[in-house]
Amino acid sequence: MISAFFIFNQKGEVLISRLYRTDLKRSIADVFRIQVVSNSDVRSPIITLGSTSFFHVRANNLYVVAVTKCNANAALVFEFCYRFISIAKSYFGKVDEEAVKNNFVLIYELVDEIVDFGYPQNSETDTLKTYITTESVVSSNIAAEESSKITTQATGSTNWRRGDVKYKKNEAFVDVVETVNLSMSAKGTVLRADVDGHILMRAYLSGTPECKFGLNDKLVIDKNDRNGAGDAVQLDDCTFHQCVRLDEFDSTRTISFVPPDGEFELMRYRSTSNVKLPLRVIPTVNEIGTSQVSYVVTVKASFNNKLSATNVVVRIPTPLNTTNVDCKVPLGKAKYVPAENVVVWKIPRIQGGQEVTFSGNAQLTSTTTRQVWARPPIDVDFQVLMFTASGLIVRFLKVFEKSNYQSVKWVRYLTKASGSYQVRF
Amino acid sequence: MSSFRAPPRKGENFELAADLNSEYKEKRKDAIKRVIANMTVQKDVSGLFPDVLKNMQTDDLEQKKLVYLYLMNYAKTQPELVILAVNTFVKDTDDPNPLVRALAIRTMGCLRAEKIIDYLCDPLQKCLKDDNPYVRKTAALCVAKLYDLKPELVIENGFLEQLRDMIADSNPMVVANTVAALSDIHLAAVAAGVPRDQFPITTDIVNKLLVALNECSEWGRVAILNALSRYTAEDAGESEHICERVVPQFQHANASVVLSAIKVVMIHMREINSENLVKTLVRKMAPPLVTLLSNPPEVQWVALRNINLLLQKRPDMLSNEMRVFFCKYNDPLYVKVEKLDIMVRLASDNNVDPLLSELKEYAQEVDVDFVRRSIKAIGQTAIKIDEAAERCVNVLLELIGTRVSYVVQEAVVVMKDIFRKYPSTYEGVIPTLCANLDELDEPEAKASLIWIIGEYARKIDNADELLGIFVDTFTEESYPVQLQTLTAVVKLYLQKPESSQGLVQKVLNTATKDCDSPDVRDRAYIYWRLLSTDPGAAKAVVLSVRPPITLPRTTVSAGLLEELLGEIPLLASVYHKPAETFVGQGRIGADSMQARKGSDLADDRLATQKALQTVAAGQQAENLLDFDDDVQNDGQPSGLAATTIFSQTPAAANLLAGTSSNPLDDLVSIFGNASLTATPATPATGLGGFGFGGAPLTPAVPSITPTSLSPRPPQQQPAQSGQDDLLGLF
Repeated sequence: MISAFFIFNQKGEVLISRLYRTDLKRSIADVFRIQVVSNSDVRSPIITLGSTSFFHVRANNLYVVAVTKCNANAALVFEFCYRFISIAKSYFGKVDEEAVKNNFVLIYELVDEIVDFGYPQNSETDTLKTYITTESVVSSNIAAEESSKITTQATGSTNWRRGDVKYKKNEAFVDVVETVNLSMSAKGTVLRADVDGHILMRAYLSGTPECKFGLNDKLVIDKNDRNGAGDAVQLDDCTFHQCVRLDEFDSTRTISFVPPDGEFELMRYRSTSNVKLPLRVIPTVNEIGTSQVSYVVTVKASFNNKLSATNVVVRIPTPLNTTNVDCKVPLGKAKYVPAENVVVWKIPRIQGGQEVTFSGNAQLTSTTTRQVWARPPIDVDFQVLMFTASGLIVRFLKVFEKSNYQSVKWVRYLTKASGSYQVRF
Repeated sequence: MSSFRAPPRKGENFELAADLNSEYKEKRKDAIKRVIANMTVQKDVSGLFPDVLKNMQTDDLEQKKLVYLYLMNYAKTQPELVILAVNTFVKDTDDPNPLVRALAIRTMGCLRAEKIIDYLCDPLQKCLKDDNPYVRKTAALCVAKLYDLKPELVIENGFLEQLRDMIADSNPMVVANTVAALSDIHLAAVAAGVPRDQFPITTDIVNKLLVALNECSEWGRVAILNALSRYTAEDAGESEHICERVVPQFQHANASVVLSAIKVVMIHMREINSENLVKTLVRKMAPPLVTLLSNPPEVQWVALRNINLLLQKRPDMLSNEMRVFFCKYNDPLYVKVEKLDIMVRLASDNNVDPLLSELKEYAQEVDVDFVRRSIKAIGQTAIKIDEAAERCVNVLLELIGTRVSYVVQEAVVVMKDIFRKYPSTYEGVIPTLCANLDELDEPEAKASLIWIIGEYARKIDNADELLGIFVDTFTEESYPVQLQTLTAVVKLYLQKPESSQGLVQKVLNTATKDCDSPDVRDRAYIYWRLLSTDPGAAKAVVLSVRPPITLPRTTVSAGLLEELLGEIPLLASVYHKPAETFVGQGRIGADSMQARKGSDLADDRLATQKALQTVAAGQQAENLLDFDDDVQNDGQPSGLAATTIFSQTPAAANLLAGTSSNPLDDLVSIFGNASLTATPATPATGLGGFGFGGAPLTPAVPSITPTSLSPRPPQQQPAQSGQDDLLGLF
């Protein structure tokens, strides 16, 4: 399994190096630096030289690298790298060179705890935080009893939750966040439209609560027909946080779990049928001779007019030899960004049903190359609150606990796109 | 703390030593941190060993961990001094605090000094039976560490039996770690050639594992699923049971759990007789596989490589899911390339239209490599789906219309494949292709166009003119183009002898006199002989009908495919190569590879050869890695030598001489006699008696049978591409 773990900065300097097995030397880090960091043409996230394989993941300006000497589980190694990044994030906010340098002692403690002999162990942040803290723990201060409690939790069947959580007010927040992926052809036909949904939960519940969760998806409705299949949403697939009992979901389609304390991602799902596209983009782009390109791009909000799309950013690509673009917009601000070869059109808010049009002309210089313009797609980022593109609705969230307390639940919906809502022209 | 990384001052170690012995606690701890910081950047701080060791006895857990970290690093270099630490370790394993006990046993296992091992056994014995599951799970892995160091000790002390008993532990984490430890020991034992199976998996164990599976952590699940995949079920019923219990794991958020679960189901599905159940299982696999594509790009890539394998086994698995494989504009290149491959695999009559419009879109992007692959994909689609061939050709024509140099060149190469598959169908395209003659500057594209002209010389009125251009610049062209020109001119002559007499004379003259490549020269002599002795035989050889090409459904042989499916999502399945080619002590040598070949199926030849190449490349790479070592002389040929040895092994020679039975060969190198340098032996026998300048028209040449020439085995090319593949991954 994982023989060594490294963190490199942009320049290829070693910030963290931890060897788990003896089949490697510390100097193996130099090989990575030569092969990957200083190599401008790296075309694979795994590099195998001889029998040594380097798995690397980028995080901000860092390389997180795991090295193996065997036929390792590639998916596991990458999952581990990403897990490390998310643990680091929850410990010190952001993961960059500065943070790593300032917390290197803590990171050594962490990588020592989450991997033993190359096998990932406990990677639940909540549990880790009970015994790996930013303040130094003095052994005599924690009673042996308390640390037995910690260790029981770290190895128990609900290792993501402490048993002694107490809140005055028991609350649970559910956020349904949907990311819409769209690629639309120049003719306006939808090539691909799907929704990546994440259900995030922030649970502030006392004791060991037993939760049941229900959605208006077909998976559930197949089982009890009385709800009618009218507004049921077809989910192509879903995956759950490890607290959800998968065997129970498999047999009875109920989502039941003991939640970790605080924020976590309960569920992820994917839906491809009946995706409601919140924004329609209708581009008309004409190349006039070799010196001009004219743009008319209409954005139409096709959702209920009580809702609104916020933080809308439309990126309209221009040819590489553009000198200037004169933009006319009725709403928001549009600006030509030469460095990225795009016109960025920012609209703070579009009301449902509204329609706005960008018109502009790009002036081109003459060039000697005959390279045609690749016409990258127009990309739209936006957020729409209280709207789900898939039509998914949370039906219920029930909380059962021994002490039978009342709990308050909040549900919020958000549909967004960032970098994957693309319209070709 | 960033100040710890300040450039070294004079006598820094001296200062550190002073601080480590300071009377103030805080100062000592700070000094330890600085020592660790120096260790990270590979400064030598081993001299501080005794000073650091003094700080081991402490209540401060953080400090203790830091000292342990230091010990793990330098224990090997200071075995005499480590002994001083043993006492503290042993004491710690009796600490009331389970975290301290676990920490001590974990660290002791990592020290790897002979001296300390003897002191490890007793505490380990104790910790394996500890009340606390956290200590037990740590101790379980410690057994694997000990085995790695000194297998005899593990066996003498009965730790293996103890581990096997621990599979029944009440705590799922302990079970998971026990399984991980046993699997690790198993692998180590296999590598060391221990005949006995150190981790036999029985029905009893399987049942316990299935129970623990639902309760343990995600990483534990992967370990358990791996163990399950090694089990051979007793009957179909048991296989069904295992599949049923594993299927819920498809819904796990962790990609490695999902892929490992798919592996287990793929393996145990082999035993299931009920067709319906197999269908249901395969259907259940599809959505989780698609979901894997919403992971970060690296995980996506691993998933895509595995999906590629799964599709080779079950091509219908994702037949309705083509759209999810459409490339996003900002996907990394390695993801895009894999997606392209999968799209072609999924192409069918129903979805070919959206696919083609996608591919056309990609062919207009910026990255040259990706554009080329997209155009290649169009060609593969045309070859795969007969009905769509015409549409593909139209798309290619549109692309040629863009007149972007590399697009045109790639399109020409692809058109040649289409002509191979559908002879005399798209002759209308030829004028358009010929119009772009001036655009071509790459050998492969040139050679392709020349091949097309030669093949259709009868139909092209100005073929002699076009070929004349290449004949004029003959000596400046690269060898593949020269070979192709030679053949094309001879084809032209055989079809239109009246108009090209002069041309063929000229090209043969130039090739035999002014050309410095023996291959070109040899081929020119052969043609010359053939033409002058028996034009009928020449026709039979040069104008022989080539077998049509098909798109191979699999890129690996059937046997290897099954093996790789059992390795999802390990590196082997990502690389589509058996693990022996890139791991293990000295890895598999050419000899054992040959032995392996003997036992394999005939169509394994290509894979074997690829593997051989990999081995050679790997040996070279290993040498690069060991740049700071003395070169280990373990009897294996190393470095460049390995490559030479390779081409001389009987296995390789067999392969080079064997005739082609694999359709892939034909696809990879389409012209039977152009792109290759044939094995030196073949032409040499025929041309043994030739001088250089002598009149080559002596008729007394040993007759060359057409069969020995026409389907010349294009073996070398695939081997080459095998290496390219591997290098491409670097």
